[in-house]
Amino acid sequence: MSDSTQNTDYQIANISRRRVLQGFALSGLVLAIGLPLPGAADEDTPKYGRDAMPNGWVDDPLVFVAIAEDGTVTIVAHRAEMGQGVRTSLPMVVADEMGADWSKVKVTQAPGDEKRYGNQDTDGSRSVRHFFMPMRNVGAAARMMLESAAAMRWGIQVSDVKTENHQLINRLTGEKLGFGDVAKAAAELQVPVREKLQLRDSSEFRYIGKQTTNLIDGMAIATGEAEYGIDIQLDDMLFAVVARPPAYGDRVKTYDDSEALKVPGVRKVVELKSSPPPAVFNPLGGVAVIADNTWAAMQGREKLKIDWEKGENANYNSKAYRDQLTEAVRHSGGKVVRNNGDLDKVMDAATDTLFAEYYIPHLAQASMEPPVATARIKDGHCDIWAPIQAPQAGRDNVAKWLEMDAENVTVHVTLLGGGFGRKSKPDFMIEAALLSKAMDGQPVKVTWTREDDLKHSYYHTVSMEHLQASFNADGKVSGWLHRTAAPSIASTFDDTAQIKMPIELGMGVVNVPFAIDNVRIENPEAKAHTRIGWFRSVSNIPHAFAIQSFVGEMAHHRGIDHKDFLLELLGPDRQINPRTLMDDWNYGESPERYPIDTGRLKRVVETVAEKAGWGRDLPKGQGLGLAAHHSFVTYTAAVVEVKVNEDGELTIPRIDIAIDCGPQVNPERVRSQLEGACIMGVSLATLGEISFKDGVAEQDNFDTYQLTRMDKSPQEIHVHLLPNTDYQQPLGGVGEPGLPPIAPAICNAIFAATGKRIRDLPIGNQLES
Amino acid sequence: MVRLTVNGQQHDVDVPDDMPVLWALRDVLGMSGTKFGCGKAQCGACTVLLDGSPIRSCVTPIKNAEDQAITTIEAIADDATGRVVQQAWVELNVPQCGYCQSGQIVAATALLRDNEAPSDADIDEAMSGNLCRCGTYNRIRAAIKLAASRREATA
Repeated sequence: MSDSTQNTDYQIANISRRRVLQGFALSGLVLAIGLPLPGAADEDTPKYGRDAMPNGWVDDPLVFVAIAEDGTVTIVAHRAEMGQGVRTSLPMVVADEMGADWSKVKVTQAPGDEKRYGNQDTDGSRSVRHFFMPMRNVGAAARMMLESAAAMRWGIQVSDVKTENHQLINRLTGEKLGFGDVAKAAAELQVPVREKLQLRDSSEFRYIGKQTTNLIDGMAIATGEAEYGIDIQLDDMLFAVVARPPAYGDRVKTYDDSEALKVPGVRKVVELKSSPPPAVFNPLGGVAVIADNTWAAMQGREKLKIDWEKGENANYNSKAYRDQLTEAVRHSGGKVVRNNGDLDKVMDAATDTLFAEYYIPHLAQASMEPPVATARIKDGHCDIWAPIQAPQAGRDNVAKWLEMDAENVTVHVTLLGGGFGRKSKPDFMIEAALLSKAMDGQPVKVTWTREDDLKHSYYHTVSMEHLQASFNADGKVSGWLHRTAAPSIASTFDDTAQIKMPIELGMGVVNVPFAIDNVRIENPEAKAHTRIGWFRSVSNIPHAFAIQSFVGEMAHHRGIDHKDFLLELLGPDRQINPRTLMDDWNYGESPERYPIDTGRLKRVVETVAEKAGWGRDLPKGQGLGLAAHHSFVTYTAAVVEVKVNEDGELTIPRIDIAIDCGPQVNPERVRSQLEGACIMGVSLATLGEISFKDGVAEQDNFDTYQLTRMDKSPQEIHVHLLPNTDYQQPLGGVGEPGLPPIAPAICNAIFAATGKRIRDLPIGNQLES
Repeated sequence: MVRLTVNGQQHDVDVPDDMPVLWALRDVLGMSGTKFGCGKAQCGACTVLLDGSPIRSCVTPIKNAEDQAITTIEAIADDATGRVVQQAWVELNVPQCGYCQSGQIVAATALLRDNEAPSDADIDEAMSGNLCRCGTYNRIRAAIKLAASRREATA
């Protein structure tokens, strides 16, 4: 922010946006010039965590807090809410530090503007992990400013003022002032410098670490008032759906819209240009039907006659591709991504070896709210409303496609009806912007139908994992070979990419922390034939499935209890620098502050085993299965109980899951995230599959892409949080780490119950004999 | 022109007879509490009550709803059971993303109006048409039981 012109623009933008807020924010504007200063480490030292994220972080109370004269505190949520609870958890931190009463707190959603708010890319299980400290700073600074203003009012030392439950209290006289009484005066004070902030002692927390904070949007959701992306309504708004190319790389050759235009309510048919792969965040192109309502647009689309020009992926067939992946992992020769000791030597010398291969098909995120966006262009400015995980990327990409400056694009972030990684990609926002442009700026809402969502996702990859272990004469594991092949997310940005990125390899494959001397991990090439993207937990899903299933197989092979064998494999308690495991990424976190701690992984295994009654006797056809995994700098382990009847019908009565994510900020939402991860894990293990035929996804709605329903969901889910109230310790991720251990724990339980080993997901009808 | 009665109010909507109730509610009447999830009665996000019975509004043409009372999430609190259900949802922090919860609450209200003390099997049967991708089923079950116990206490 050294450019003075930028500063001026910035200030003007601030004023217009903040005029609606009262008191604190409005009068605080004077101080906001030149602020916020993004927090950052020295240029010379490597950056990690929040310091390494684009646009870093901001902890200025004038950016995040406004106080009205009636004392209502409005806190800005700058991360996207998609069910993880971030609109509750981060504002709750501010409120707790401030001494605010949660019932007098409102939360307002920030537009996409990372220069102002810091990084807003809501993925990677990072929101609370990265912003707990900045939000504590925000709350503490606001409290100190209120206390100073109250001290001046009373003519006493600031140390004689305390803040409790939305009140400022004169320690000498017992007099009280409300936040609203001193908000204006407080806003005129200097924001305390970061080094002078007095954070509360954790013993004073009323919300942080407690189970008691109600969801900020709970009532709005229960009454139907909560506003999601699909709910945006603007004057003169039109509604659109798009017929997109059936296969990745196809494009429109010709189309006939004459019948579509006859459908009552259809206004216009517009061709959207297709971009050749790589997809990046580009819209897929196709033919859009714009109408007076969504139904008319859908009916119009049915009547389109489109002749598609086939592209390079029109022969993508999942069955054949699976054979290709199998071939790729059967032979040595892929890129060696980790090599310790002399694997060939121990494999050759071993009298006993074991190998297995594990397959997981493509998956679609299938958030209940499909992708949707509404755009309006007026007076050279585009306003766009969307349920978007990455609002700044949305803003920049919409600006690029409209050939506008990003300053002239405002991204209004709505609630997300689920995201799971799909809504990190703003392709649907660009569609809305282009269609509004085609309608001379009139507001247009683009709704994806479920068919659109399932046929045009940025899918979870498809993967084959080959694992091989050798044993010494005394039965100890002497060698570990893992070949992992799957189209990389990199292919979405560079269509020649055929090997995994460090972030994918760092999701549990190279950094497997077993105490084995001879390890080789190889990554054969795999070409993508569809858009590959993030799906909650990403590559941890196939990696944990393969490794934790294989550990179960090894334990059985050796005739040792699975838990005992897993603890033995993890070896002595030690903190491993991920760099020594060829993991240079470590979820973007410092290898010193966030080592891989085998002791912590062992503790979650021991905890979940104890809580689930590991080792208890079960009748025939029932079994317990175990799996553990380190991901997003958090440790999880699950025990699943299954029952398989004589017809091969699987039921899952109970899941126990333990998590060590460091200190828990909002344990109530940690629990809900893990409950949800268990059910999503059941869903992908038992039912989840997107397959391709001739380049086209074969599943197009919830009848063919099935999700677990209540009657097949575990009736008992027990979440065990490893206690930790030391808020100086590093925080781990929460949204994603619960998912990876579920599928392997289910398959290990099925093996315990039936002796049948599932190595291909989904389980489907494989248990029917 | 079709006359719809929504939450006690009559609306004449000038759209084709085969338009599903869902889109008439959302795009014509501007009532966005009822959600679109699948368009073919697979997910339950669009559940509303038609003369008190839960239906999937995404596959119900407006013509078929004429002369019947449509109740949506926006008015579910007018019903004593609906209000108790909503309160239980809020108290147990049931929602994650919340998108499916309008449909879940309407379906749960219909269940509890017919069945004061539903068993787990009853709950499974009534609620398994309503998908939740976030995985809130256990809290939904708990909230239905809490609401049932409250109704019993006040009955």
